[in-house]
Amino acid sequence: MNIHIPTPLRTYTGGAETVAVPGTTVAEVFTELTSQFPELKQQLFTSEGKLRSFVNVYLNDEDLRYLPSKDATQVASTDELTIIPSIAGGSACCPLL
Amino acid sequence: MLHIQYTDYEAIRTHGEETYPHECCGVLLGKSEDDGNHVAQIVRAGNTRTDSAHNRYNIAPQELVKIQRQARGLGLDIVGFYHSHPDHPAQWSPTDFAEAHWIGCSYVITAVDNGKAATTNSFLLTGTSEEEKKFVDQPVEIDVALSHSNQPKGQA
Repeated sequence: MNIHIPTPLRTYTGGAETVAVPGTTVAEVFTELTSQFPELKQQLFTSEGKLRSFVNVYLNDEDLRYLPSKDATQVASTDELTIIPSIAGGSACCPLL
Repeated sequence: MLHIQYTDYEAIRTHGEETYPHECCGVLLGKSEDDGNHVAQIVRAGNTRTDSAHNRYNIAPQELVKIQRQARGLGLDIVGFYHSHPDHPAQWSPTDFAEAHWIGCSYVITAVDNGKAATTNSFLLTGTSEEEKKFVDQPVEIDVALSHSNQPKGQA
């Protein structure tokens, strides 16, 4: 299946925006991805092996966190996985009175 | 250096005025080159932080996925983001830094004072990992005459 890599992580995929990785579940695909591109592992996962909190993963248009089987979800070669770090912030200034 | 067309630069500032007193947010599509990030198009995004929109912003991941897909279709990449600081300086805040994860991307901030866009600054998120990241000031080159390429460029 194809995995879409966000701009900041393409440093670790040789500049590739999309990489094709085999696997029958999301977990298998991630194992294969980090096997092919070992430096991605610490960018995506904590030292405990959990996906970093700011890393969102979408299987097609579905948020992995809300899929019943999570990373054990079955995937087909035609599915697409998108890795997308979160975007947030703000001045954090001045609570409204 | 952040390279941006005048119309896009002004559209970012106008967006901040339109959403005042709430923060606006959006995405910069373009290409990263040796001389910096070149913006080819900006995409407005919704601020999902309706609980505290005057001093917080968040772009829904689902919307980001769609924007990244749009960029791919155009042969462009996500090269940065923008948001506004209503009645607050155009400097990154600790919250901006904590929530910044796109290393190599430009983070553009516009101060909007009493509803009017004031200073706009850009900050480049640098480093090699989440633990080593930092913001550095990034000069902005505004192309004021895209359709008249022999005219001079301005800097912010």
